[in-house]
Amino acid sequence: MGISVKHISKSYDKVRALDDISFEVKPGELFGLIGPDGAGKTTLFRILTTLLIADKGEATVAGYDVVNDYKAIRNLVGYMPGRFSLYQDLTVEENLNFFATIFGTTIEENYDLIKDIYVQIEPFKNRRAGKLSGGMKQKLALSCALIHKPKVLFLDEPTTGVDPVSRKEFWEILKRLQQKDITILVSTPYMDEAALCDRIALMTGGQILQLSAPEAIIASFPKKIFKVRTAETYRLIQDLKVFTQTHSAYPFGEYMHFTSMESDFKAEDLIRYLKGKKHKNIEVLETEPTIEDSFMELSK
Amino acid sequence: MILELKMNTIRYIIQKEFKQIFRNKAMLPIIFVLPLIQLAILANAATFEVKNIKFGYIDNDKTSLSRELIEKFNASTYFNVLTDFPSHIIADADMLEGQVDVVLEIPLHFERNLLKEKKTDLSVRINAIDGAAAGVENVYVNRIVQQFNQKVRTELLLVGENINKLQNIATIPSFWYNETLNYKTFMVPGILVLLVTMITLFLSGMNIVREKEIGTLEQINVTPIKKYQFIIGKLFPFLILGLVLLTVGLIIAKLLFDIPIVGSILLMYGYSIIYILVILGMGLFISNFTDTQQQAMFIAWFFMVIFILMSGLFTPIESMPNWAQVLTEFNPIKYYVQVMRMVMLKGAGFSDIYQQLLKTLAYALIMNALAVYSYKKVT
Repeated sequence: MGISVKHISKSYDKVRALDDISFEVKPGELFGLIGPDGAGKTTLFRILTTLLIADKGEATVAGYDVVNDYKAIRNLVGYMPGRFSLYQDLTVEENLNFFATIFGTTIEENYDLIKDIYVQIEPFKNRRAGKLSGGMKQKLALSCALIHKPKVLFLDEPTTGVDPVSRKEFWEILKRLQQKDITILVSTPYMDEAALCDRIALMTGGQILQLSAPEAIIASFPKKIFKVRTAETYRLIQDLKVFTQTHSAYPFGEYMHFTSMESDFKAEDLIRYLKGKKHKNIEVLETEPTIEDSFMELSK
Repeated sequence: MILELKMNTIRYIIQKEFKQIFRNKAMLPIIFVLPLIQLAILANAATFEVKNIKFGYIDNDKTSLSRELIEKFNASTYFNVLTDFPSHIIADADMLEGQVDVVLEIPLHFERNLLKEKKTDLSVRINAIDGAAAGVENVYVNRIVQQFNQKVRTELLLVGENINKLQNIATIPSFWYNETLNYKTFMVPGILVLLVTMITLFLSGMNIVREKEIGTLEQINVTPIKKYQFIIGKLFPFLILGLVLLTVGLIIAKLLFDIPIVGSILLMYGYSIIYILVILGMGLFISNFTDTQQQAMFIAWFFMVIFILMSGLFTPIESMPNWAQVLTEFNPIKYYVQVMRMVMLKGAGFSDIYQQLLKTLAYALIMNALAVYSYKKVT
């Protein structure tokens, strides 16, 4: 009941949106597609949800071919597009009823599956969907995507534009859904959400850079990484860029993340260099790499 | 069980459409106020009668006969006798400014020539910026001059030597189905057609595009919903809406204008249903090939304007060039205008309109087949 993608390519005119992509999602897995805008995530979703036909390659969802068995797939999958696409002029309950009906089911029949989510928006069930907050909209959209008990759930950037608290809640919901034997393919541009997936594929420019469990990806980070901070951030960026030892240097929160070309590079080496450049309040600490560091390294 | 489920889906979509239609605040005014305004304004304003013609004259003769001729124009309800121009230079200048539509010039010795030589000339100048009006004005002028001519001849001959009986042939037209030649009677059925066509085409055409725009279509396309369920569910509400509009329009026509409805109401509604299906098919077809409501609107307008102008509603089809007459064969509005006029004013029955009915039915089948065929659940 998983997903299998083999050598899928898709171009729009001259832009290659997907370039020979292959991967497998195991049944019951929570699989993340991590990448910036334009990486090809949405195109891949549209192919897997039978909305778009690939130029090359083949793919199956829950054992069904996306081109030949599209009708079977449409019964089995739930899809939540990146853009909120429910009827804004219908109420919460009417939207849910509508999707239940066109899947030939009722809210009552599958209530247990959406219960956790729906109870949070039930107080607003007579409110028009267009008048809900961002987080509420996401929960309603997820409820609508789940109302027919799908085997596979496709979530295209479900947390984009949602506040941090709602984002956290949303991922907790996904974890619970996973317990109910639903295979989930989720895409996100947020690297911090990647750690919550079973496995992730780092994507950019229509290609997969690395595919593994998030811990494995972090563990395979090849270099020592330092977080650096001084009184003058802008000058720090400039100075790190021209430092002869620099392999990579990029902003990361309130720090700069720095890696060196030398494998035995020490924090003191950098402190000495920065002191020479007359920086004040210098702070250099070795730190653990994150998915974002891996992504920056891979996409260099 | 399965059939029941399918019907259920269609019923739910229809229900949902109606909810959305009535939650749209602009919808109720469109259904009830628009027909009222359109009928009230168009039926009164869009007439082809040419009245209040601005008439001027140059009387170079200034005799009793010339004054009598001018008096004839003055007496006519069509002409407003405005000015007595001293010269044709001033008259021409006034016509250029649009102050006067028709200028009659009576030559010097008009009376003398008429009495002595039994003939004379008159000069008439008509502003033909509006060709149709100029034609009508010409007819009016001629009729008055002819009447005058006849009267003068009768008087002259009576005074003269011969007492031959004059042979006078007068034609008295009888206008069937619209005895008083009331333009409202003629226009209102046509305006009803406009109303039903415009609103159903625009609303249905933009409805599916709107789902594309807001992204709901994408979500719906990933469901097992069948093409025909979706399309029937989408179009049926607009069929009902079209019929409601027709009903509102007919009631207004009857109450406000006292338009005769001679024929069978049932036949009228039966034909209307088939006709609205044509328009809905067209709307769906347009929405399949457009991505935004704006595009759909422009394309709908494009066809609308051509269809209306070539429908025989404002200009008779008989006076169009041959190639245009052939084109009007493909104009569903033409048939609807014909049928509405025939059934409402003439009391035409099924056998009288079956030709239009068959053509419209064929049109409906082809249009909807094309629309359903071109509707794709995959992009």
